[in-house]
This record gives sequence, C-alpha cells and structure tokens, in this order.
Amino acid sequence: MAAVERPFPPGDYDVVVVGSGPGGLQTSYCLRQFGVRHAVLSRDDRPAGMFQRFPIFQRLITWTKPDAPVERGSREYEWYDHNSLLAEEPEAKALVPGLMDRAFDLPSRAEMEAGLAAFAERARLEIRFGCTWESTRHEGEGIVLETSDGEYRCRAVVFALGVTEPWKADVPGLEHAAHYVDTRKCDRYADRDVFVVGKRNSGFEVAQGILPWARSIVLGSPRPVQMDALALSALRVRYLHPYDEYARGGPGTYVIDVTIERIEPVGERLRVYTRGTTWDGALEFEVDDVIAATGFQTPLQDLPQHGLVTVAEGRIPALTPFWESVSLPGVFFAGNASQGARGIGKRGGGASSSSVNGFRYNARVLARHLAERLNGHEAGREPVADVVPFLLRELTSAPELWVQKGYLCRVVSASDGVHLDAGVVPLSTFLDSRGPDAYAASVEVDETGTIVPTLYVRRRGEIAEHQLDPHPLHQYESAPYQRHLEVLVQS
Amino acid sequence: MSIAETLGQLALFADLPPSQLEAIAHTHEEDVFAAGERVLRRGLSGGNFYVILEGEAAVEIDGEARHKLMRGDYFGEISALTGDPPTADVVAVTMLRCLVIPATQLEKLLLDRPTLMLRMLRMEAHRLRTTLEWQP
Repeated sequence: MAAVERPFPPGDYDVVVVGSGPGGLQTSYCLRQFGVRHAVLSRDDRPAGMFQRFPIFQRLITWTKPDAPVERGSREYEWYDHNSLLAEEPEAKALVPGLMDRAFDLPSRAEMEAGLAAFAERARLEIRFGCTWESTRHEGEGIVLETSDGEYRCRAVVFALGVTEPWKADVPGLEHAAHYVDTRKCDRYADRDVFVVGKRNSGFEVAQGILPWARSIVLGSPRPVQMDALALSALRVRYLHPYDEYARGGPGTYVIDVTIERIEPVGERLRVYTRGTTWDGALEFEVDDVIAATGFQTPLQDLPQHGLVTVAEGRIPALTPFWESVSLPGVFFAGNASQGARGIGKRGGGASSSSVNGFRYNARVLARHLAERLNGHEAGREPVADVVPFLLRELTSAPELWVQKGYLCRVVSASDGVHLDAGVVPLSTFLDSRGPDAYAASVEVDETGTIVPTLYVRRRGEIAEHQLDPHPLHQYESAPYQRHLEVLVQS
Repeated sequence: MSIAETLGQLALFADLPPSQLEAIAHTHEEDVFAAGERVLRRGLSGGNFYVILEGEAAVEIDGEARHKLMRGDYFGEISALTGDPPTADVVAVTMLRCLVIPATQLEKLLLDRPTLMLRMLRMEAHRLRTTLEWQP
C-alpha cells in the first residue's frame, strides 16, 4: 500500500488545534470558514474523541428529535438536535438524526461516534492523526508545541481535549475505589453492596447501570440533589431511576448528602465513614465496592507548570469570555473545557458549554474572534434592513441564544442610522466593552424559572437592560413586542 | 488547597464545621476573573453574591475606585438580599478567584446557618460604621 501523506507537517501555523473530538472538529470547521490558516493534531487514529469510549453505558443524555416541526438542516432544527455539529453545506448538516436507529429517543454512543466521523469526512476536515502533543513553551509572541512528530509554532493554540481524564477527589482511602471508567461490566456487581461517591452525571449513570445487579447502592456526596436544578439538567432524561427508587422509599437504594471522611479496607470489604451535610450525624457503611464517580479533568499536560490557572480543584482551565486562559495569553480552549468561561451567571444561571449542544456555538464565536484578532480587523458585517423584526426573530428562534441562555447574545450595532449585524458574542463581552450604540438580544431565565427575552441597549457608552414580557409559547414576533422594541430602538 | 479548606480560613465561615464547609464548597462553583474583568455590574439585574478566595477587587463608581476588597471579603450581598441591581461595579484588580453564590440561594444559606448569618451581620455593621466615619 502506498504511504498516505499526512496533513500538517511540523512547522509554522497561525493556529494549531489539538484534538479531534466534537470540539476540535467544530473549531477547525469554523476556522476554515473564517479563512484562518491552521493545523489540527490528534493523538487518536480517528475522529470522535471521547465518544469512541464514553458514555460507558453507551447511551447519551442529550437528545436529537429526528422528526421535528421544522426542516432537518434548518437553523431552527438545531434546537431539536443537540448532537450534530454545525455546517453550511447540506451534506454535512444535522448528521446524527439520520444515523439513529430510533430504538430510543436519545442517540447511542456508537451513533454519536458515527455522526462525528461522518461530519469529519463530509466537511472534508483534515486532521493529522497519531500526533501527540507532549509539551509547550512560549517563544516571543508565539507558542511552540512539541509533539511526537516535531515542533509546531503558532500564534494561538486551541486545545480541544475534552474533560475526560478520570479525577478522584482528595478523600483518604479513595485509592481503594474503582473509577467510573472502570465499571463497564455491570454483572460483576451482581449481589454486591456498592457505595458510589458522587451524585453528578457519572454517579447517577453508574448507579443506573448497576441498579439491576447490585444488592444495594448508596450514592453519597456533600451536595444535595437540587430538584429544581435537576429539572433543567440533561441527567433527568435517563439516569434518575436510582433517585426515583430512593425518593419512593425503596430499600437498598439510597441517595444521601454526606462528606466522605475516609475509606478503610476491612478484610475483603471496605468501610466508608461519612458525616451528614444536610442532616446531623454520622453513618458508616460496609460495602463490597466503592466507585469514585467524582468526575473528570481536562488533560492539561505541562500547562499548569507554565502558570495555567484552573477552577474546580485543578480540573478545568479558568478562561476569559473568549475562552482564552486568564493567565496564559494565546492559549485557548474549545469543546467541553470551554465551560471554564462561566459567563455573567445571572441569577446563578450557567452556560451549556459542557455539552456538544452548547460548545458547538462557542467554537463558532471563538473562530471569528481568532480570525479578527489575527487579522487585526473585524470581519465583514451585513446590514440589517429592519432591526426590530430581526431582533424579535433572533429572540424567538436563534438556537445560539436558546441553548446558551444569558451567555451568548446577538448584537446589532447602530451608527449614523445604519444597522449592522455584529453577530453572536459572549454577553459579558457586550456588557463590558465600550463601542458604538448597539443592541444585544439575550434569552434569560428569571428567579421563578420563567424564560424572559431581554434586550440590552448601549447608547453613548451606557448600557440599559430591558426585560420584555414573557410569552407562554415563547413567541415574540407579535405586535405588542414589535411596539415595545420600536420604543426601545427609537428612544 | 481545596475550596472547603480555603473557606475554613476565612472569617465569614470561621464557625462552620468541616462537613458544612464541604457542603458549601460542593454546592457552589468558583470562578476566576482576569485583572480588569468586571464581576458585578452596576444597574444590571440578577447579580450573585461573591466571596473572594484569592486576589483583589475594587468597588468602582463611574470608573473610579472607591474601595478595595481583599481575600475573605465578600460583595454583591446588598443586591442579592434586596433584589435591586448593584449601585456600583466591582472589578478585578489582580487575578481574582471567588466563590459564587446565586442570590436566590443566599437566603437559604444564611437561614440554614445562623452563625454564618451573625458573622455576616457583624461584618455589615462594621462596614456601615466605616462608611459613616467617612462622612465629612
């Protein structure tokens, strides 16, 4: 067989993207759209990143609705398809629904992996596989990545590495526990007592997986399960059977709020010492297995040694609104790690950046930001003929605003009576930057959970916030909204 | 150092046992701001309550720094408790690490932990006295 020439040999590039999971693929696609010369490196031998292996119980928690009230491949359809990457070409759009066998309302891991592979192929993305990033250094204004294939020099690097490296909390004795990633074979928990440390996605997922087998399951962590938060969590659609069992008083399944003080071996078994956080007292459990579902971290390699600042006990890089490290200039993150830019967090609301659904939009915003920064000038802006209907349409149906509520906004600038579409940007960037008169449309959620369309108006450098009336069907294109916005735009 | 251990060193949380500190640290997220980033925005609704874990911030009115905030200080409590938008900006002076507690959860946090509420009341009283002393 003739040797196939691999793309992107070591050398100088404007941007280097590391990773070929959904974050890396979407970033590379968007950088190409904006004409940014870049290389894509991946230590894997094929695309899809974490979806080659995770979720271990083979079913996603993010949905795709193959038959929706809008046309598959339309912009509005993105709301119904949380798993496909974004593209302009029809052949690369909305690929996951076409690959689902419809056995379940959520795609399987394999269907998701196939969707990502199809995207890479149909969007004709080039990736240098089998190239491992080993270390990093700053050199002048640039960054040098040392890899298994040689040195790459770039002006900016985008790490799209996922948040997939098993992480264990600092609990004495937790070294006796298996991590979530090692629990694949459910039947080995048959007739065993199991303590699961952690009550987030992976804790519930593993508990759901072993529920039919285990003799008893205790899920324990300090943070109470917040039912109101759960109602908005992707978890609710699939992994709540253990919680349901506990809530209904089913013996043998418990979901408790405790700190785990230590874990000690007792013969063949393990003893777990806990203390209540939402109740007074202590409990001890003697179990056959402890599973650490304490989460994952971004594989940051040598970046912390170079001063990369992190959040969440070292697991996630701390990022600026445009997903650049707060401490290492030129070092950006895409994909799941883009959750390191929390946004303004109005009323405690968070971004949806830890799922494909949310970070695919972050990638597009990042690509434009990088293009503008590297080129030293703004990308072209289309005129907006009629600003009020434009903003109301965005508020009603822009998937970026609906998925990334209170995090991404649509901006229209206004100078000398001309309105220009300034695109989608992080809301905090709009609020904190000076600039010409402009409007920003944002979909937000109030204290009661009601969805509130919100318009920010910047006039002579001052920003005013206007909450529009909620609508039971979330349709804001009718006459009363039109009148309200016309007043705001004209005043 | 874990977030819970850091909280244990701050005056506001000094009366709480480790299990309570763990519960707070696991329930709320931390956020890091680069120097110059705005954390609290004057006039905008929905701000949170912030406790400084590391770094310095400034209370600014019309871009002018009025007061410095350090590790262990907190801010955003007035708008969180009254529901009114903040009357000043808070801007990171250095890199700033904060624990972020949504306004909607601050009330429960305080009601569930009276010693924390008392600590905060004392610190508020101290701030009020300092503010009054500034008057000419």
